[in-house]
Amino acid sequence: MDHAEPATKSEPARRRLMQFLLGGGLLASAVAFLYPVLRYLVPPAATDLGGDSVVAAKVGDLKANSGKIFRFGSRPGLLVRTADGEYRAMSAVCTHLNCTVQYRGDVREVWCACHNGFYDLNGRNVAGPPPRPLESYAVHINGDDVVVSRRRGA
Amino acid sequence: MASVPEAAPPTATHSNRLVRWLDERFGWEQLVAPLRHKTVPVHKLSYWYFLGGMTLFLFMIQVLTGILLLLYYRPSANEAFESVQYIMTQVQFGWLVRSIHSWSANLMIFTAFAHMFSVLFLRAYTKPRELTWLTGMVLLFLALGFGFSGYLLPWNTLAFFATKVGTEITGQVPLIGKPLLIFLRGGEEVTGATLTRFFGFHVALLPGITTLLIATHILLIQRLGMSVPPGQEAAWKGLPPNQREMPFFPNFFAHELMAWYVALGVLGALAALYPWELGSKADPFVAAPAGIRPEWYFMFMFQTLKLIPAKVGPIDGELLGIMGFGLAGLVWVLLPFLGGDRYGRRQVFIRGLGVFALAYMVSMTVYGYMVAAK
Amino acid sequence: MRSKRTRLIGNWLLAIGFWPKAKSQELFLVLAAACLLLPAGLFAQAQPQIAKSSCVECHSGFPEPTGVTEAQWAADIHAQKGLTCAGCHGGDPSEPSPEGAMSKKAGFRGKPKRTEIPAMCAKCHADGAYMRQYNPSLRTDQFAQYQTSVHGKRLAHGDTKVAVCIDCHGVHGIRPSREPRSTVNPLNVANTCSRCHSDAAYMKDYKIKTDQFAGYSASVHHEAMVVRGDLSAPTCTTCHGNHGAAPPGVASVENVCSTCHAFQAQLFDISPHKAAFAAMGTGSCITCHSNHRIVHPTDAMVGTGNEAVCANCHATGDPGFVAAGQIHDDLTRLDESLKRSDEVLDKAERSGMEVSQARIDEAQGRDSLIKARVTVHSFQPAKVEQDTQAGMKIADKTYKAGLQALAERDYRRKGLGLTLITIVAVLIGLWMYIRQIESRNESGGS
Repeated sequence: MDHAEPATKSEPARRRLMQFLLGGGLLASAVAFLYPVLRYLVPPAATDLGGDSVVAAKVGDLKANSGKIFRFGSRPGLLVRTADGEYRAMSAVCTHLNCTVQYRGDVREVWCACHNGFYDLNGRNVAGPPPRPLESYAVHINGDDVVVSRRRGA
Repeated sequence: MASVPEAAPPTATHSNRLVRWLDERFGWEQLVAPLRHKTVPVHKLSYWYFLGGMTLFLFMIQVLTGILLLLYYRPSANEAFESVQYIMTQVQFGWLVRSIHSWSANLMIFTAFAHMFSVLFLRAYTKPRELTWLTGMVLLFLALGFGFSGYLLPWNTLAFFATKVGTEITGQVPLIGKPLLIFLRGGEEVTGATLTRFFGFHVALLPGITTLLIATHILLIQRLGMSVPPGQEAAWKGLPPNQREMPFFPNFFAHELMAWYVALGVLGALAALYPWELGSKADPFVAAPAGIRPEWYFMFMFQTLKLIPAKVGPIDGELLGIMGFGLAGLVWVLLPFLGGDRYGRRQVFIRGLGVFALAYMVSMTVYGYMVAAK
Repeated sequence: MRSKRTRLIGNWLLAIGFWPKAKSQELFLVLAAACLLLPAGLFAQAQPQIAKSSCVECHSGFPEPTGVTEAQWAADIHAQKGLTCAGCHGGDPSEPSPEGAMSKKAGFRGKPKRTEIPAMCAKCHADGAYMRQYNPSLRTDQFAQYQTSVHGKRLAHGDTKVAVCIDCHGVHGIRPSREPRSTVNPLNVANTCSRCHSDAAYMKDYKIKTDQFAGYSASVHHEAMVVRGDLSAPTCTTCHGNHGAAPPGVASVENVCSTCHAFQAQLFDISPHKAAFAAMGTGSCITCHSNHRIVHPTDAMVGTGNEAVCANCHATGDPGFVAAGQIHDDLTRLDESLKRSDEVLDKAERSGMEVSQARIDEAQGRDSLIKARVTVHSFQPAKVEQDTQAGMKIADKTYKAGLQALAERDYRRKGLGLTLITIVAVLIGLWMYIRQIESRNESGGS
C-alpha cells in the first residue's frame, strides 16, 4: 500500500463527499456557465437596432395629409405624409419647451399645442415662440418600409 | 496493487482509454509528460505565483466573451451604440456577457500589473529570465492597448472624448507623434473611421500578437521553471528535498482552479450587481462634457500630465511628461539588463525604484479620482 | 571734428527726429510713418465715424445734468449714423466758441421742453422717406401710436410727469433695441418701466398701483425671459404695447393672452366661464391667473382645496364646485400615477437595468398631463378625463415595464445566487481534494 491507513473511519465517506462536491459542483457550475451562453447564441425576435436609421412605418399605414409619431433613437420623431403623398420626417421635439409636436391637416403645418408654435413641412419655425427649426430627417422607401434616417454631412 | 499515480485526478479511470487513443495518434504521453513532472517551489510567498495564471485565465474569459459579443456587435458609428444597447436589452443574457467582458478587462489589467510588480519584487526577472520579462512587458502594453481600443467600441460620449484626449496626447510625441496620431485615428479627427480601425486592432491585430507572445512567455516559463525569491531561498533550502516542490498537476493546479472559480464568482457578482453602463451615444458636434477622464489604468499618467506646468523652462510641459513616461517605460523593459547580478547591490536600488513606481501610480490614481470627484 | 560715436548718435537722432538731413533719411521717415499709421487707419475705418463737434468737446468736461462724455455720445446710434447735437438742439457744432456754437442765429434751441420732445423726435422718426435712408425696415408710426397711449394723452393735457421718448430710450446714449445694453431691449423693458411705475412717491397722484414690477418679477414670464433667456417671453410692452402703451382693457385681456396661449383661449371660449366672466366684468384670464404676478400654475389651483381659485366664486355643492373637484382629482391621479411609475423606473435604473423605451413612453405620458392641464380651461370634467385617461394608460404601461425590469433584476440575482452556490460547492470540493492529496503526500509514499 502506498498510503497509510485512513486516519479515521470516515475517510472513505469524506472521500465520497469530496468527489460528490467536486464532481457535482464542476458539473453544476458548467451548466450555470453554459446555459446563459447557449441562450445568448439564439438571436432575439426583434432584429431592428433602432439607431440612426429607423423603419418609421409601412407604406400604406399613413393616409395622405396625416402624420405619425415614431421612436427615433431616444426621442420622438414625426413622419408626415403630405396631401400630395410625399413623405417628410423631422424631430418631434418642439424647440421652445420640448413638447411633442403634431401634424395638422387643416392648416397643413406642424403645430405645437403647448404654446401655439407652427413649423412648415421642412421643419422651419414659421410662427409662435419656437426659436429654432426642427431637425429634418431623410426619408426613403425601402420595399414596404418607410425608412427615416439622420441626414449626413452639412 | 500497483502504485496509483499520484498525479491522477479522481476521474482518471474514465479517460484512460481516451488517453491511450490520443497517445497512439498524437504521441500524447510524450507531449504531456513534461507537464506531469512540472513542479512549483513551495515557500511562504508561493501564492504570488497565482497572478500570472489568473491573468491568463481572465484573458481567456475575454476571448470567450469577446467572441460572443462579436456575434451581435456592429463596428460602425451609426450602429455601434445601438448594437451594444441591443445586446444589453434584447439579447438573452447579453447584459451578462457584456458586463463580464467589461469587468474582466479591468480585472485582467489589474492582475497584469500585480503580476509584473510581484515578479519585480520577488526578483524573478533576472538571468536567465530576461526574455520572459521582456515578453511580459510587451504583453502588459498590449493589455493596455486592448483596454484603450476596447473602450471606444460602445461609442458613447465618455469613450469618444477619452479617445480624443488619449490620441491627442500620443500626437505630442516628437517626430513620430503626428503620423502615429493619424494612424491611430484613421484620419485627423476621431470619427467612424477611428471606430472601425480600433475594432480591427481590438479583435484581430492585438489578439494575434498577444497569442504569439503568450505562447512564447509560457514556453519560456516551462523551460526555465519557477524562480524562488532571494528572500525565501534560505528557508526553502532548509526544507527536506521532498517538500521543496509541489507537483503542478494536480496540486498547484487545484489551488489555481480555486482561485479561478473565485474569480468567476466575483465576475458574476459584479456583472449582476453592477452591470456596465451604456452611457449616451457619442455626438462629435457636442461640446466635451465636464470631467472626462481615461480609464483608471491610465489615470496616473493623465493626472501627472495635468500637474506638470505648461512650460518647464524652454520645453513644453506635456511633451516633457510624455517623454518622461516613455523613458520610464524603456527603463522598465530593460530592467533585467540594467539590474546586473541577481544578488548584487543594484537590485536593492531596483527594488526601491519599484516601490516608488508603485506608490506613485497608486497615489496618482487616487488623487486623479479625488480631483475628478470635486 | 565730431567723434565717431557722436556722429553715430547724431545720425540716430536725425533718423528719429523731425528734420531729415538727407533724402534717404526723409524716405525712411515717410516709410516709418506709413507703417505706423496704416493699421491705425484701417482700424479707424472699422469704427463708425463720429463727427467731431465742439459741443461734446466742451460738455464732456461738465458734470450732470449738462455733461455728455465722448464715450456716452459715441455709443449713441444717432452719433454712429453721422448726426450731431445740432439735429435735436440746433446750433453750430463746428464753431469752437460757446457764443458761436450756441447762437440763436445758428438755430440753437437749447434743452427742449418735455411736452415738445415726442414731436421733436417724430420730425425724423415719423418721416418715412427720411428714415428710409438709414434703415428702411424701421417703423415710423411710433409718434402716432404714442398719441393713443395713456402717456401721450396725458402729455397732451400738460402732464409732464408721464414718460416721453427720452425716459425709456435714454437721451445721449441711445442704443438700438436689439443691443443687450439698450434700455428698451426685451430683457430690460420691465426695469425701464418700473423706474416710474414702481416708485410709490412718484406715482402718488395717479390712481394706479405700483406693485406691477414686483408681481411680474415673481412671474413665470419673467423667469422665462431672464432665467431661461427666452426672448419670446412677454414683458410689459408685449401685453400693454410699447409706444401705444395702455392697459388692454378688461374685454381685451383674453385676446392679449391668446396670442401665445391659443389653445387655452379656444377652450375657454366654448366654456361656460366666458359668458359668466363677461357678465361679471372681470378680465377672463386674469381672474384666476392674475395680471402681473402670473405664477406657475399648479394642480392645487384647480379644485376645492385651500389654494384653489375655484372656491372664490363657487360654493360647496354647486355644479361648478363639483366639477372643479372632479377635474382636480383627475389631474392629481394622473400626476401620482406618473410619479409612481417614475419611482419604479428610477429604482430599476439604479440597479443597472436598461429602461430607455419606458422612459420615452413616460415622456408621452407627461405630455398627456400637460395636455390635460390645458384642457382644464374647458372646465368640463369629461374633456379633462379624456386626456388623463390616455395618460393613465401610458403611466400604467411604464409602471409595468418598471416592475418587469425589477423582476428581471431579481431573476438575475437569483441566477447569481444559484451560480455562486455551485461555485462554492466546487471550492469546497477542491479544498477537500487538496487536503486529501496533500495528506497523502505527507503521510509518505513517493
